[in-house]
Amino acid sequence: MTERVPVSMTVNGEDVQRFVEPRTTLGDFLRVEMELTGTHLGCEMGVCGACLVLLNGKPIHSCLMLAVAAEGETIETVEGLAESKAIADIQQAFHNRNALQCGFCTPGMLVTAHEILKSEHPLTREEIRDELSGNYCRCTGYEAIVDAIEQVFVARAAGREVEASGQFAETAA
Amino acid sequence: MNMALNNTDRPNSYIGRSVTRPNALRLLAGKGRYVTDIKLPRMLHAAFLRSPYAHAEIKSIDTTEAAALKGVHLVATGEDLAKLCKPWVGTLDHFRGMKSAPQLPLAVGKVVWAGQAMVAVVAETRAIAEDALGLIQVEMSELPPVVDIDQAREPDSTRIYPELGDNVAFKLTVESGDVKAAFAKADGELEETFFTGRHTAVTMEPRAIIADYNASEEALTVYHATQTPYQFQDLFSRLYGIRESRVRVIAPDIGGSFGMKLHVYNEDMSVVGLSMLCGRPVKYVADRLESFVSDIHARDHRIKTQVAYDASGAILGVKVDDVTAIGAFSTAPRTSVVEGNQVVRLIGAPYRFRDYRADLSVVFQNKVQTSQYRAVGHPIACLVTESLIDRVGQKLGIDPFEMRRRNIVTSDMYPYTSPAGYKFERLSHEACLDGLYKLMDYPRLREEQKALREKGIHRGIGIAMFVEITNPSPAFYGVGGARISSQDGAIVKITPAGEVQCLISVGEHGQGTETIIGQIVAEHLGVDRELVRVITGDTDVTPQGGANWACRGAGIGGETALQAAKKLKQNVLSVAAAILQSAPGELDLINGQIVNRSDRVERIPLSEVARISYYRSDTLPPGTNPQLTAAHHYSPQGYPFAFTNGVQACHVEVDAETGFTKILDLWVVEDCGRIINPMLVEEQIRGGVVQGLGAAFFEECRYNESGQLENGSLADYLVPMACEMPDIKIAHVETPTQDTELGAKGCGEAGTAASSAAAMNAVNDALAPLGASVSQIPMTPQRLLKALGRG
Repeated sequence: MTERVPVSMTVNGEDVQRFVEPRTTLGDFLRVEMELTGTHLGCEMGVCGACLVLLNGKPIHSCLMLAVAAEGETIETVEGLAESKAIADIQQAFHNRNALQCGFCTPGMLVTAHEILKSEHPLTREEIRDELSGNYCRCTGYEAIVDAIEQVFVARAAGREVEASGQFAETAA
Repeated sequence: MNMALNNTDRPNSYIGRSVTRPNALRLLAGKGRYVTDIKLPRMLHAAFLRSPYAHAEIKSIDTTEAAALKGVHLVATGEDLAKLCKPWVGTLDHFRGMKSAPQLPLAVGKVVWAGQAMVAVVAETRAIAEDALGLIQVEMSELPPVVDIDQAREPDSTRIYPELGDNVAFKLTVESGDVKAAFAKADGELEETFFTGRHTAVTMEPRAIIADYNASEEALTVYHATQTPYQFQDLFSRLYGIRESRVRVIAPDIGGSFGMKLHVYNEDMSVVGLSMLCGRPVKYVADRLESFVSDIHARDHRIKTQVAYDASGAILGVKVDDVTAIGAFSTAPRTSVVEGNQVVRLIGAPYRFRDYRADLSVVFQNKVQTSQYRAVGHPIACLVTESLIDRVGQKLGIDPFEMRRRNIVTSDMYPYTSPAGYKFERLSHEACLDGLYKLMDYPRLREEQKALREKGIHRGIGIAMFVEITNPSPAFYGVGGARISSQDGAIVKITPAGEVQCLISVGEHGQGTETIIGQIVAEHLGVDRELVRVITGDTDVTPQGGANWACRGAGIGGETALQAAKKLKQNVLSVAAAILQSAPGELDLINGQIVNRSDRVERIPLSEVARISYYRSDTLPPGTNPQLTAAHHYSPQGYPFAFTNGVQACHVEVDAETGFTKILDLWVVEDCGRIINPMLVEEQIRGGVVQGLGAAFFEECRYNESGQLENGSLADYLVPMACEMPDIKIAHVETPTQDTELGAKGCGEAGTAASSAAAMNAVNDALAPLGASVSQIPMTPQRLLKALGRG
């Protein structure tokens, strides 16, 4: 076992200090040390996108970064984004459209969707699909995710919330 | 059609509505609880040393240095775990003559595939356990690997298990009618050989398990990312000699399963033994590289076919020789021959020809095991059948829609038994074909295709019909001696506040089981859906059942919930009648209120009936014992399976210069009987279609001659990405099964069943003017260029 070293960073708005092995990835640090298990590890080689978190506001693969490399940085995970309501309309649109099944890829999808939706002009479906290419989903076939993001673009452009489609909503497709 | 179920104006009418999934909110907040996330007090972590060779003898193992590493609690070899765990064999009696060697948690004496687990290390952290793996010394002596399906069957081939005699696990011949006579009278015949690539499930959450053995109670608790907790309760109990009632298997949130998470895996069995040896909880999560060499693979087939037809395009007879390689063992407890069995029995299923012969050979090889993965056998049978139909049509100049119309089993022919013996209650091929024709605007597409061809743009349109096996009865596994249940159980209860809990044996892995069960219970009990909480996946809590396999959650689980809810409603009405001095038959339960059946006047709220029953039974008439909990078990009766059907079409553009294919459109018309939640059905279809498109264009486990998997990482093994997939248009035909009151059949595999076939037909349609065709999936750019003579 290697010597632990101190690391401090801001995670979901909270200043945290821990001692970690230098080889600990940011993904493992968040999941094991911080017990923020919303961030998932699907491939541990930066391909599948399940582990995406925000580093100083930009999505990064937490499986590819060492925790010690995040010294002094600001990290936001899906839990933080959910609690701060930053992605409330995206979550609602995903729920309405059933843009998730098993939910394992979902935290990474939400982080990417959050980034996509920063675009000043609404993206076309094709552009949304391109932007989602770093996030693998094995359940949905992606269409519902594209629909949900499109729905948020429309709502945001109109300056309104995404409303719950409710229990009597007819086919969303 | 049962109008009562379809009356959407009635209060609490949920069946047939696209309601959202209550449990999805937790997942959207990052608050899922997957096995991967679970941490138990004093939990240790396991890692496995795997064989670098496909076939080798283990001469010696030296674990001294590994065991001495700080933080390591245990190093266990195959011999150590063999003292605790009985061997298992992946055979079933109804596959006559099949054989497979016994398996143990870890390799003993020899290894039979590259990646097979040999030694387990248990340590404080996963990282320390992996450090220790590097300190284990194993002396091995390589043996010639058996890799190729023909080589495996040669008389002088290396025997993977000499005691089995040869490398053939199972042989089967299915014969119906007189295929020789059919070929003798045919106007034409053609032959084709198809190859389907070995691929794997790639669930986003890898396999994960925590075993916690409590020696003082001789009890085992297992948190297991599995589709079938009851099946594992039985297996852990029998193989480790722990009383069944003391084995608890909990399946929490599961990050994808697709049939991959219901097989016996060496690591999973090991972890139970490791916990027994350590006396502490032990966790194992496969990393992605381990997944590729230890999860089951599927679909490794070579299918030689011949088809006889007459001048009108009628298929007269089909001959099939299917050879499939399954790895070094048949997987327990379902066996690895089911896929081949379903291939040879499903070929031709939508069509009316009677003369058929199929020979199936299932062979062993030095690779990881294959077994059931989403749509088991269906995509292969469909690919072969639909390609043959198109090839005959092409020879005769008959349009693909017309070829199918001339050959399908029509609505006047039901009930119908297929040449391979499958019994179809009622399928809707004509309605689905007609629906597809309109949905895709077929004539317009053909015109557009023609115009574009003149500009050198090669677009293709492919159609594939399918028949899917759902709602399996004990005819599937039970008759073969497998301890796999085809029944399910539900317990529905009213809480003192008048709310409802339903505990049911079918599980939730994202497909929406809990949601549809909630819809059914709310509707048949007569309460708001918001009041119904559905609980799944814990053998100590939920009633015994088959859980999730072979498309049965809606059809069997749904019927179980429906009958349990009806039973409970009767119980509620009898208590209410006692309270109201009425008769149960004069009352009804609507929207949480006991009402008069005649005029629907509200008499007493359900919550009040519950309050009185639980807290003031002294105020009830003597002898009234309210039963506000009802249990019900249901097993399919009538037809052995509820077959579903449908048709898909794929539209592609092939770049003849690069061999790349762009998927432009995909349409599905499907019939899964009564639809409980259209949105969830459509999402099952879409996800399934995309997995089939993955198989058609990208996914293949590529092995070299020495049996090494060469693309076993997510960077090398390609799965479909968002940018490569089309929007998928779906329409429905509803033919409810009459075997149940609910009328639902399965829909989880329909998408995967036919999309590879539709894609191959589309590509071949695009290639036809260029004089090329393919008969192998995945249809990679290299393979297309080769077909075009440019490879």
